[in-house]
Amino acid sequence: METQESTRRGFYVAAIQGLGAMIGAALAVPAAIYLLYKPTGQKEAQWVEAADLNQLQIKKPEEVVFRRKRIDGWRTVNEKTTAWVVKMDDQSVVAYSPNCTHLGCAYHWDAQQNNFICPCHTSAFSIEGKVLAGPAPRPLDRYVTRVESGKLLIGPTIQKSA
Amino acid sequence: MFRNILAWLEDRTGIESAVKHFLYEDIPDSAGWHQVLGSVALFAFLTQVLTGILLAFNYAPTPGDAYDSLRYIVTQLTGGPLIRGLHHWGASLMIIVVVLHMTQVFLWGAYKKPREATWLVGCTLLLVTLAFGLTGYLLPWDNRAYWGTMVTTQIASQAPGAGPYILRLLGSEGGSIGVVTFARFYAVHVLLLPPLVMLLIAIHIILVRRHGVAPSPDDFKPKKKFYPEQVFKDTVATFVWFAVLVGMAIFARVPLGHVADPTDTSFIPRPEWYFLFLFQMLKLFEGPLEIVGSLVLPTLAIILLFLTPFIDRGKMLSVRRRTGAIALAVFFTLGWSGLTARAVMTTPPSTEAADEGLKPVEAWQQIPADQLAAVGFFRKDNCTSCHTIGKSGSAPDLAVAPSQKPVDWLMQHFRQPAPNTPATTLNGAQLKALATFVVKRDDNAVDAWKNAPPDAVEGAMVYQNSQCAMCHELNGVGQKLGPPLNGEAGKRTREWLEGHFNDPSKFSPGSTMPAYKFNSHDMDRIVSYLLAIPK
Repeated sequence: METQESTRRGFYVAAIQGLGAMIGAALAVPAAIYLLYKPTGQKEAQWVEAADLNQLQIKKPEEVVFRRKRIDGWRTVNEKTTAWVVKMDDQSVVAYSPNCTHLGCAYHWDAQQNNFICPCHTSAFSIEGKVLAGPAPRPLDRYVTRVESGKLLIGPTIQKSA
Repeated sequence: MFRNILAWLEDRTGIESAVKHFLYEDIPDSAGWHQVLGSVALFAFLTQVLTGILLAFNYAPTPGDAYDSLRYIVTQLTGGPLIRGLHHWGASLMIIVVVLHMTQVFLWGAYKKPREATWLVGCTLLLVTLAFGLTGYLLPWDNRAYWGTMVTTQIASQAPGAGPYILRLLGSEGGSIGVVTFARFYAVHVLLLPPLVMLLIAIHIILVRRHGVAPSPDDFKPKKKFYPEQVFKDTVATFVWFAVLVGMAIFARVPLGHVADPTDTSFIPRPEWYFLFLFQMLKLFEGPLEIVGSLVLPTLAIILLFLTPFIDRGKMLSVRRRTGAIALAVFFTLGWSGLTARAVMTTPPSTEAADEGLKPVEAWQQIPADQLAAVGFFRKDNCTSCHTIGKSGSAPDLAVAPSQKPVDWLMQHFRQPAPNTPATTLNGAQLKALATFVVKRDDNAVDAWKNAPPDAVEGAMVYQNSQCAMCHELNGVGQKLGPPLNGEAGKRTREWLEGHFNDPSKFSPGSTMPAYKFNSHDMDRIVSYLLAIPK
């Protein structure tokens, strides 16, 4: 049987837990949003000129170095970056992102074996970017590109192959 | 299962009985709502710890980055303004609750024997709380922070004998505030004070438990338990305090001004509101007496505060009979309010809006006028019909790379871009500005090229066509014969500028600037443009 005393006690305990939970939620939810949401209002990177098509040889990968702006938190850094560019024929050219699709190591072109080799876990990719060997889960990632007046322009995003 | 884990924990650590021991403490029957403030102050501190850590995850504590990273927090991070609001207003509300807590203890005479040590630790906690406020004030590194701290360090430097050493300790030797001062304030704020305050709070609570919560002198009833009744009251008070804080964090504007500018001579420094009374008191003492207001009286007040239990050694009385204490509290409250109100009333309106730093600055507001005007010439001459900016068109996208053609080629190209295209409508100077622009444009200029509003571009064209840069500097370009024109919005009104164009010497006696009789359209554009260019 409930006495007046035990009813009051029950109310106190419920109120302590309820108000405490509300305070906790009001602190935890904004904290989680603050830490996990992507920053807003950041400008996309620009298109940059990376190579002159006339100076590329067909089916001979070249590592081209170009500068681009990257948003790094509150800073915009102008940094050097690279792409492996392959002129497939006179019409088409691809620019691979320079990181192995396995764990992000920088791979290189092995002219003797005629494929891209990653030094970390020996993934190998064909000149078309297909996985030939090793643990890489998908073909090489590509930059979006376009060609204008014989110049290769590299865009702001990287396309991941399925 | 859960009970088994609890039993194991209890057996190995004794945590359950420790918590119970804490909650089932005996407190006097007369304890109640007037004794909730200590718990609220503790919660206020914990909120500051949490929000401070969250801010530190995205804040770079050097003068070069502090302002930009804070701006990033409040303009680009979801929840960032709320977290900063909680920390900013939490500091103010913590000081309020700490002072209210002390006032309650003072009015009830709870500092008397045997609780003198609890009072002394409490006074130290008040000083540490104020030190948190003082050091945190510098960290946004805006004008408010910089100039406010300048005044603080200068006051400290007046201390007889110790002044120069204090200044050196604050990293402000020679009176300037730079990287060293900043590093020291930050280190004190986040490394020194938090563990110190935790230690003091621990001692404070141990002492409260040792002597028990102070009972009323006429309370002879049997004791009751801390939990749940008093915990309930503490929780309700904490909840009310927290609701006020969240309301302020959401609805009240947290200031962020211009980045700290040591050359700014128009900024009016003011301390945070809880120090305004000191600032105002300083004005009552002039010349050699200044030190009385800045150091002697505050130091005496602090000493008296500490000595309170040793001065008032009478027996415990009911709060209603402590008329002397009530009169003193009223006297200090009135004095504090009077000085604060006077300081607020005598503060002229600030030259910069409190949220100046929160307004986004567009690229077109930052590039020189000749470049923005060139954007206008480019658009006016229909260059966009072939050169699409930011997309592939029938001619090169000039946003991708600057033109590498020689200037002669460009001038020829502008005059006759292709066979069967209309000739240019631009004059020689305009063509030259355009040629310079397409060869030398940087990323900011490209951004302006894509996004500048037409009215601003027209304003820049009027500026360029009137050759304002022959005498004035704007965004780093132009001669310095006349005054630089950045930040006019903080100094002049639209009417002033229009009147000045029509008759310069009437508005600035002795000015050698000729009158510019713009038509109303051009006048509107150039004045709007000038008012939009930030400092």
